[in-house]
Amino acid sequence: MSGDEKPQGTPQTPGTGAGGASGPTGASNPGTAGTAFGPQEIARRDVSGSTAGRAREGMFGIQGSGDTSGFGGLRLPGYAPAPAERPYGGWFDEVADEAAAALADDGGADLDTCVHQVTVDRGEMTWYVDREHLVRLARTLRDDPGLRFEFCSGVSGVDYGEGVPQQLHVVIHLLSMTYRRRLRLEIALDLDDARCPSLVEVYPTADWHERETWDMFGVVFEGHPSLTRILMPDDWNGHPQLKSYPLGGIPVEYHDAEIPPPDQRRAYT
Amino acid sequence: MSTRDDTQTGTPSDPYAATSRETTEGTVYTVTGGDWDEMVDQTAGDERIVINMGPQHPSTHGVLRLVLELSGETVTDARLVIGYLHTGIEKNCEYRTWTQGVTFVTRADYLSPIFNETAYCLSTERLLGVEVPDRAATIRVLLMEINRIGSHLVALATGGMELGALTGMTNGFREREEVLHLLEFLTGLRMNHAFVRPGGVVQDLPEGHEERIRSFVKVMRGRLPGFHKLLTGNRIWRQRLEGVGYLPLDGCLALGVTGPILRSAGLAWDLREVDPYLGYEHYDFEVPTDTAADSFARYLLRVEEMSESLKIIEQALERLEPGPVMVEDAKIAWPARLSIGADGMGNSLEHVRRIMGQSMESLIHHFKLVTEGFKVPPGQAYVPIESPRGELGAHLVSDGGTRPLRVHLRDPSFVNLQAAPAMSEGGMVSDVIAALASLDPVMGGCDR
Repeated sequence: MSGDEKPQGTPQTPGTGAGGASGPTGASNPGTAGTAFGPQEIARRDVSGSTAGRAREGMFGIQGSGDTSGFGGLRLPGYAPAPAERPYGGWFDEVADEAAAALADDGGADLDTCVHQVTVDRGEMTWYVDREHLVRLARTLRDDPGLRFEFCSGVSGVDYGEGVPQQLHVVIHLLSMTYRRRLRLEIALDLDDARCPSLVEVYPTADWHERETWDMFGVVFEGHPSLTRILMPDDWNGHPQLKSYPLGGIPVEYHDAEIPPPDQRRAYT
Repeated sequence: MSTRDDTQTGTPSDPYAATSRETTEGTVYTVTGGDWDEMVDQTAGDERIVINMGPQHPSTHGVLRLVLELSGETVTDARLVIGYLHTGIEKNCEYRTWTQGVTFVTRADYLSPIFNETAYCLSTERLLGVEVPDRAATIRVLLMEINRIGSHLVALATGGMELGALTGMTNGFREREEVLHLLEFLTGLRMNHAFVRPGGVVQDLPEGHEERIRSFVKVMRGRLPGFHKLLTGNRIWRQRLEGVGYLPLDGCLALGVTGPILRSAGLAWDLREVDPYLGYEHYDFEVPTDTAADSFARYLLRVEEMSESLKIIEQALERLEPGPVMVEDAKIAWPARLSIGADGMGNSLEHVRRIMGQSMESLIHHFKLVTEGFKVPPGQAYVPIESPRGELGAHLVSDGGTRPLRVHLRDPSFVNLQAAPAMSEGGMVSDVIAALASLDPVMGGCDR
């Protein structure tokens, strides 16, 4: 993957949620269309400070290049969830208004500072939160009578893989049993600065979830009462759910052959 | 817990003798083998004892390890150690197609495989933006409720065993055998079915399913009251469970506890009722609740929930209209038509004849779809369902490829286990067992 190369041609506009995968990258990028072999430059939208998915290339699936076989080097830009514009629709606006009012009341940073992007996709709302404001925002979401996200379903991590700015995400699912609403908070982190404030003081249930996220992704939750490994043995090295964590191949008893690790096998995407 | 170092108090010739060492918190004794009396003599009044229980212990409900600090027989501090059944299911899914992922997640919580599959598939379908056909949704509901009965029966059986009610165990497992026989008939496997697939279910129910399910319902209707006769009025059972493992509603919410434990604290929170999926809004059933918030209430709720599941199963049978069991989209639905061959399950002869003899395109399509899989538009989805143990949700992230970027199961066993210290500290050691049994953790789901 040519992660560090500059974007070439017109930056791709990611699809709005569904259907973004099949965008005709070749057609809108004349500089690379038709050159099927060798390392490809990948048109990538600048997603710094926001959220991102891995850019992908593969052998099949290209359209619009004039090559009817479909073979031609598939190149897809990194997926970045599109920011939602007001009105979000449904109860989403109500929650945003209520949170903005509640945050304004106690005099700290306002909602736009705490949440740098709102995405509404497939009927789910995601707030991309700045980590400095996470605990205060969570406390507001939990305690405000108009919000009442009193239940934390879980905290987990996502590693979007190498070449993605802020590849490590902490995902928090909140539930308001009072209003029967679900909200996702997401914090994007750099791999070499994987630190995030702990939510245990607001949601005690986050304890084990955060230990698991530390164990699997190496995210340090600052303020956690005892951030130790939970699934792996105490003396384990590395964080297995990271995409960079090496996978083992399978040795076979035939001419020193080895079945390569799963991430090095032929893939179609 | 400690290495045998400085002060050797036992005779050097006895390798199993108790040893002690000085720490900042006082003398720590390490006890192995049968030298308990000797150890108690040495502690001379200081009765604070840390014992390790599990991970291989018949009453820890699987490979769960407890570190209990005792003062006399009272638990002053309980700590849980998990991870002994961590199998990397979530990581494995990242290197399999979306369809293959089903065969992995089904093995997470091995007592409720259909629920794992359904949560995963509902999430995948939300990412795909497809809706399963009515018949597939009804089959899922049917299988889930059958599975719920089986899971609750194991909860009663193992819970009974851990408390010494062995007839509860034998009866529970006997009844569960009925469930497994039925599931084997319907899906081909007793456990790890991989029957629910993204887009629907893998194939239609076999001939004669209605009679089998109806006779199952009849048998269970006859046998479930047996639990009331055997256990509900049993004085020992009640004394072991009543007032034990108390966790009030605020504790449940703070600790993220769901399922029968939350309902035993008085909140009628059942996702089938409050956030219906797969057409649960069309079924008529009750959500049993209690306010005692103790182990006995949870036991009662599980028995009642099984009766409610029987009601849902009967209604699902009524709703089962003929129709497709997989989405029409040929880009998602596997073209295979499975049938039982001489060698077990395989592709039906007609299908093989067609793809091998008549249509090259069908063959290519079949090959591509099975080896490469279908693409899922990028994004993320979290769909929770009500498993026998509480909120089971699958958080799936797609980068647009044929494999998930991330699969995370929010398993209720994992979350509910966090409440075990709150339920058992201050009680007796024997009550820890009762509290744990009422949580009904399944370590396969907890550790994934």
